Amino acid sequence: MNNKILTTPISDEDVKSLKIGDIVYLNGTLVTCRDTGHKRRVLSGIVPRTDLKGGAVFHAGPIVKKVGDKWEMVSIGPTTSMRMEKFEKEFMEITGAKIIIGKGGMGEKTVRGCVENKAVHAVFPGGCAVVAAAEVLEITDAEWLDLGMPEAFWVMEVKEFGPLIISIDTEGNNLFENNKEIYKESMEKEMAELSKKLKYMNY
Amino acid sequence: MNTTEKFLDTTVKFINLVAKVLPDDVVERLKELRENETVAMSKAIYDSMFENLDKAVSLDRPICQDTGVIQFYVRVGTKFPLIDEIGDLLYKATLEATETVPLRHNAVETFVEKNTGTNTGKKVPYIDYEIVPNSSNLEMDVYMAGGGCSLPGRSTVMMPSAGYEGIAAFVADTMVNWGINACPPLVIGVGIGTCVASAAKLAKKASLRRVGSRNPEPKAAEMEEALEKALGNIGIGAQGLPGKSGVMCVNIENMARHPSALGAAVSFGCWAHRRGTISFDKNMDYTLLDHKGVTL
Ligand code: SF4
Repeated sequence: MNNKILTTPISDEDVKSLKIGDIVYLNGTLVTCRDTGHKRRVLSGIVPRTDLKGGAVFHAGPIVKKVGDKWEMVSIGPTTSMRMEKFEKEFMEITGAKIIIGKGGMGEKTVRGCVENKAVHAVFPGGCAVVAAAEVLEITDAEWLDLGMPEAFWVMEVKEFGPLIISIDTEGNNLFENNKEIYKESMEKEMAELSKKLKYMNY
Repeated sequence: MNTTEKFLDTTVKFINLVAKVLPDDVVERLKELRENETVAMSKAIYDSMFENLDKAVSLDRPICQDTGVIQFYVRVGTKFPLIDEIGDLLYKATLEATETVPLRHNAVETFVEKNTGTNTGKKVPYIDYEIVPNSSNLEMDVYMAGGGCSLPGRSTVMMPSAGYEGIAAFVADTMVNWGINACPPLVIGVGIGTCVASAAKLAKKASLRRVGSRNPEPKAAEMEEALEKALGNIGIGAQGLPGKSGVMCVNIENMARHPSALGAAVSFGCWAHRRGTISFDKNMDYTLLDHKGVTL
């Protein structure tokens, strides 16, 4: 395991050295984009003002508050990344984003996207939204507000944002998929033992 | 303040509390799991969780950004003075709490497929009523049903030949394939019923029962313990990464069934299990049942 800090814009070199299980922290610009945002970006041709080349994208729907003419981050945390599986590969191709941050694993298609585009997927501990909000320095822009607060495209400056645990690396290793196999095996063993104890049906 | 205002005011404050402070039983269990954890990555996540719980209080913010769909499980006495107004009042309390806590706008009107922007919508907040005869009190659970933990819920009807081992396998399969994305350690509510709806409802009730409580039926309690142990042993830790145990508890609720049908359902709660129980008497004086020593 190596702990390191990534700073946006992130280069190919920066991400190539990352392996699944590594813990990294992020400095620079981070944007939120989730279900509808991905769909809009990939299918509609609507392009946000914010350039995502070398960027960091967070699968998250925050709670924000308007104070004067500025937005303030109240609470922000990752949402289930798998919901973006359908569009993530295309999203990476179009935008050039280098690190996709979310919760839980992603699938085969995103793995291919990470390999082809030299990008990684990482997880932030889910539900630790106040910790995350405290690592947001300021909200610098808000786009796509028509999608509602959780789905809007929030642009933030962050400092040592993490811990981010690399779950898909540029070589196509997939932490959650690997674990799944291990879990399935031990589940079968456990269930075989357990079922002997649960013979409650009469016959 | 009249009784209506008092009920409304207290409920808004209670929603605020539930968003920011986990119930005592959940915190106790999380501490225990954290102490028992041996895997470094999972330990680091527990550290973040506890730092987060502290910051939620010190910065006065919701524990998790997903403050869920607000759900009320109401047990109302037939003589409770506000029985005719509860629905309206809980709706108002949700609107108000959404502004003041603040809560995320989590109501998307179906078919219209638009976020209402108020955190309320058709049948949202979700209210479940139970009638308590000859009582003038009201007791209710407030629960914030996050998307991540609602997502893996499943309900099915099996042939009875599948047996209780079939139910266990159904629960385990759901947890390993989908539950791992629901921010473990998980509260696992299992419902054993006679159709898809009754099983699902019981599973939800089970997930709202206190962590550490047991089903009064000895065999059901035995199954709770055995399943808790077996699922814990799978090796899923905090956040679905490898660890000592990803299970906060297994609670089972059950009922009689049709001879030919075995309904089974599972409903999950995440580590940020924002549940609280409050009771009101006829003067709208309240008692908090899961947050000892807290005044609203
Ligand atoms: S599953 Fe729970 S802790 Fe995780 S993001 Fe959803 S509401 Fe928050």
